Amino acid sequence: MVKFRLERVSAPLWFRPLIPLIALLVTFLLTTLLVLWAGADPLKVYYYFLIAPLSSRVALIEVLVKSTPLLLTGASVAFAFSAGYWNIGAEGQLYAGAMAGAWLGMFLGGVSPVAGIPLMMAGGFLAGAVWAFGPAILKTRLNVDEVVTTLLLNSVILFLVSYLLNGPWRSPVSMWPQSPEIAQGAHYFRLLPRARLHFGFVVGLAVIVIEWFVLQHTPLGLRMRAVGLGKKAAQFAGLNVNRTMLVAALISGGIAGLAGVGEVAGIHFHLIESISDGLGYSGIIIATLGGLHPFGVGLAAFFIGLIDTGAQSLSRALGVPVYLGTVVQAILLLVTLSLFVLQNYRLRRA
Amino acid sequence: MEIFLVGWVAATLRVATPLIFGTLGELFSERSGVLNLGIEGTMFLGAFIGFTVASKSGSLWLGFFTAVLVGMLSGWLMALLAVRLGVNQHVAGLGMTLLWTGFSLFGFRLIFGEPKVPPSITPFQSLSILPDSTFLGPVINQHGLTYVAFLLIPLTGWVLHRTRFGLNVRAVGENPEAADAAGLDVYQIRTLALMIGGGLMAGGGAFLSLAQLGAFTYGIVAGRGWVCIALIIFANWRAVGVLWGALIFGGVAALQLRLQTMGLQLPYELFLALPYLVTILALIIAGRNASAPAALLKAYRRE
Repeated sequence: MVKFRLERVSAPLWFRPLIPLIALLVTFLLTTLLVLWAGADPLKVYYYFLIAPLSSRVALIEVLVKSTPLLLTGASVAFAFSAGYWNIGAEGQLYAGAMAGAWLGMFLGGVSPVAGIPLMMAGGFLAGAVWAFGPAILKTRLNVDEVVTTLLLNSVILFLVSYLLNGPWRSPVSMWPQSPEIAQGAHYFRLLPRARLHFGFVVGLAVIVIEWFVLQHTPLGLRMRAVGLGKKAAQFAGLNVNRTMLVAALISGGIAGLAGVGEVAGIHFHLIESISDGLGYSGIIIATLGGLHPFGVGLAAFFIGLIDTGAQSLSRALGVPVYLGTVVQAILLLVTLSLFVLQNYRLRRA
Repeated sequence: MEIFLVGWVAATLRVATPLIFGTLGELFSERSGVLNLGIEGTMFLGAFIGFTVASKSGSLWLGFFTAVLVGMLSGWLMALLAVRLGVNQHVAGLGMTLLWTGFSLFGFRLIFGEPKVPPSITPFQSLSILPDSTFLGPVINQHGLTYVAFLLIPLTGWVLHRTRFGLNVRAVGENPEAADAAGLDVYQIRTLALMIGGGLMAGGGAFLSLAQLGAFTYGIVAGRGWVCIALIIFANWRAVGVLWGALIFGGVAALQLRLQTMGLQLPYELFLALPYLVTILALIIAGRNASAPAALLKAYRRE
């Protein structure tokens, strides 16, 4: 029998950009099994995932609508991860921003959107940062692991939202567990006629570009990347590691908060319990797929939006359960993670 | 008052059961140095597999053991990613949770369709050791699996602290380099620990569908996996601590349920959020004294 062993070598430069493509190929090969189980034609399924959402105006706009919060949660996670701060709490910080947006929106009756929208955005950013503050200060002052604290606070804020929606904020009109409608002056404006693509998409793109600029061209970005590469080395180089992580964590929380504001002000116009349903966790996928680079994050957010839209039309057209989209995302994430490691190895005959 | 207390204690033990399974599973994983955030999804997968197999075969126990077996496979997959390849543990774990959540819902829809009335099975019946009318009847007459869960606590403590295997698990979780130098196969031991852990997590999920509900629903696990992550810290990574943690959490959850059904107007969400906040508090107080395994979250690469 021929024996193989793994040898450690650096991947050639041309290989790195190929990783997403290889990952996609492997992912689709693996999901073919599930597609066959569902009794569908794999080629048709991939057509619905990759081509159909791009081939009509309505579907393409839906992809952009779906990508809007993902741009922001992806950017939020990538920002924190870049500084080596493992913020798993974008989900909770998104809810904090959505709560702030829904709350401020109630009082903005008669206010012009020119004042109302910036106010809501500022409030959402602040709320997200506040929700991120606890774990960040615990990490930097007491060295308490942020993975667990940010994760647990996601559950805590869901209880808080549930309490508000079933109690003080319950809409007196509908009696559903949803907050009162926000004022007209707090609505994000529409970008296109007869489509629900809204101002939040512009916010998302702007945040991506700003994040790229901050990470690549400012002293803060340089410090963050240095800390992300290695905390000990950054410390020796005289950087204030804790302060850098704290700032990164707060801004990361703020960006996730903006995603929450966008869902309230651009889509629902009130707060509901299922307003996120995992957008923050998708941000972790997107940040990883995008290699923590803002532009990569932008592409990944668009791609996940594509898969989400495709999964929905897939279930309508072919009767394949919509959850196939979730499975594809998960497998894509795990395969990409593996390829990032495997690219540094080569199979050799022993 | 006595009836209230007896009912409360009985409910506490029931609520604590899946938490004990899940937390002991996470204990094996973390003691070997791997944080398994796939727990939420693995419990969901266990609930799905357990229900489906039991419903199709008519055997509850076959459902339970199939779920445990599939959970072990899930642990093996986590080991392939986080141990063999050494990818980022928390991202891989969250990916596993997403994978099993999506997979279970996908499979459930394919097998059972979308009927108006969700499919159900006759769940496990409580043991009848004492007549239900006796004072302690409701407390003693628990599910067999509840007894299993409580027996698993001392068993886990014994395995981790009194057997060669447990010593190895703790060694690779504290100092994999030294363990390797002493001739242990770090990868293999961590893989085994993750497989045992995955089996226990899935068993906890299967308890929910096979004993507690007799059905499989979208919200069947509802964050219990994250509660287990919290309980581990509360338990300070010791089996006996899991007992107290699960009882306290189960007690609070059972109490709020009972007060709610009695019609008391309470901000019950506060009760539900309390264990998470207490855990964070425990993390702060424990601070540097927390006995988290030293190599937790660190992938081991043999050079």
